[in-house]
Amino acid sequence: MATKPVTAADTGLELVRAPVARPARAGVWTTVVRFTRKKPLGAAGAMLMLVMVVAAVFADVLQTHDPIATDAAHTLAPPSDAHWLGSDHLGRDIYSRIVHGARISLVVGVLSTLLGSVLGGIVGLLSAYFGGKTDLITQRILDILQGLPLLVLALVMSAALGPAVHNVIIAISIPIIPRAARVIRASVLSIREMQYVEAARALGIGHLRIAFGHILPNTMGPFIVLGTAQLGSAVLVEATLSFLGLGVPEPYPSWGRMLSVSAAEYAQKAPWLVLFPGIAISLAVFGSNLLGDALRDTLDPRLRGS
Amino acid sequence: MLTLFGMSVVIFVLMRLAPGDIVDILFAAAGYVNEADKKLIMKELGIDQPIWVQYVEWLKDVFTGDLGKSYRYDQPAWDVIRPLIPVTVELAVLATLISIVLGVPAGVISAVRQDTTLDYVLRVFSLAGLSMPAFWLGMVIILALVSWAGWIPPLTYVSPRENFKIHAVQFMLPALAVGYRSSALLMRITRSSVLEVMREDYIRTARAKGQGERKVIWRHAFKNAVLPVVTVIGIEFAFLIGGLVVTETVFNLPGVARFLVQAILWRDYPIVQNLVMFIAVIVILSNLVVDLLYGWLDPRVRFAD
Repeated sequence: MATKPVTAADTGLELVRAPVARPARAGVWTTVVRFTRKKPLGAAGAMLMLVMVVAAVFADVLQTHDPIATDAAHTLAPPSDAHWLGSDHLGRDIYSRIVHGARISLVVGVLSTLLGSVLGGIVGLLSAYFGGKTDLITQRILDILQGLPLLVLALVMSAALGPAVHNVIIAISIPIIPRAARVIRASVLSIREMQYVEAARALGIGHLRIAFGHILPNTMGPFIVLGTAQLGSAVLVEATLSFLGLGVPEPYPSWGRMLSVSAAEYAQKAPWLVLFPGIAISLAVFGSNLLGDALRDTLDPRLRGS
Repeated sequence: MLTLFGMSVVIFVLMRLAPGDIVDILFAAAGYVNEADKKLIMKELGIDQPIWVQYVEWLKDVFTGDLGKSYRYDQPAWDVIRPLIPVTVELAVLATLISIVLGVPAGVISAVRQDTTLDYVLRVFSLAGLSMPAFWLGMVIILALVSWAGWIPPLTYVSPRENFKIHAVQFMLPALAVGYRSSALLMRITRSSVLEVMREDYIRTARAKGQGERKVIWRHAFKNAVLPVVTVIGIEFAFLIGGLVVTETVFNLPGVARFLVQAILWRDYPIVQNLVMFIAVIVILSNLVVDLLYGWLDPRVRFAD
């Protein structure tokens, strides 16, 4: 008689894996409605962000003109049916450029925030998990990075790397690293002492797996809060760098670049050159700030107001 | 001290990583490249040496009080930087004052009137301040003045001795643009700090003994809520320099921050290095001042050790 292979059922181990009844989850729609009612400002912020995402994704459909095509016959045209928000000194359509600028702002903002928070998160996680000398040395290095104003560091970084989209993303992400590392470190420090971590170690699970598999998922709340909060400032820094000519290079239509020297020169004759790109930047940052605040209050009450 | 040292290494290495140097830029401007001349200039400036030799040289110079020579202006770096400092310090102090005057009372009012319409209006107003780029706000202010008041602000820097009134206006506008942003931060931190204190037992005690609401708020609550506010003021003062980078550019004021941008574009290493170190020193100093203020404001800190 052939020996029957031992299955999980024979050992009773299956009991451990038996599905546990999960608390019923509210539907997405209910959650959205509840969030809107409780945090009207946060919902407004989410709407603004949504508009920006739509503009970025469908820029090619929403545009009325080619954003980089120049038109010598219609330079500095005031807002009209042909040019909704006017045209600039090279006859380029401001509206189309703003719609396309959303793409650049969003891509640079989201990618640099992600890069900075993920790198910073890993540093913070390992630093707090291992503690001791590792933690001490890491903290000193972070001190150095944090000792400089965000913009100054990004400025030096992007000058050092040269003007290109991916360099701008790196330059903006570097100053985010120490901030992300601090937040994640603080939250890991408290999670590390919890019993389930001790239990995991007692089961002989490796350090890295505990750190990434068991502790990391529990820092998602502060991580999301941090991300939304940093997104606004990343967009702002991108605009500033581009304004100074150290950011996204031509011919990409970037909001910051639209405001730079040439716009200032014609500002008196054509105020729409200055007004509309600035309003676009402000609304985008405003939206992510509103959303960030609301998310913070909802996900992480301890951080309220900080 | 260690932080400063680390920062000096980081800045130094970063600036050397940059593609292109002053020699390339000078030759690009001249339109031709003579390899022998290029070598000679590089040798004269000391940038033909390995990077660590350059670093050690710089450290040696800094410790003997020699901040090196500006590549571009052919002048000692300190001579170039020194006249710029008062402009930036004046702007930073003005902007900080504006942010305190606007932000702190707004924060207290917003906390006391929590969840009223006034609170919402103030919070949205402050969040708007955090969202607008200071340089854009500056441009809009100038634009508004030009189109409504028909008044064009002076395009070049006017020293206070020349004409104090124009000088004051010239500085108030950028200070307002930058200060509004900082005031938003201050307002938020003041609000949350006051809200926290208002929940304390001694506030209830003060009210129970019949003290006027105004006295409860300012004498009992605000006094205890002020510590985190002071921290943020300290941090903001140092970080204002970052915000001033563009504002000085927009308003065409010859300050340290505007000069930093120009020096970066010119790859003028000694100037950039020393300016960034200067900013780092200011950050560290203002942290120190905040620590000292803590002891003065809060007896608990003073007697702790």
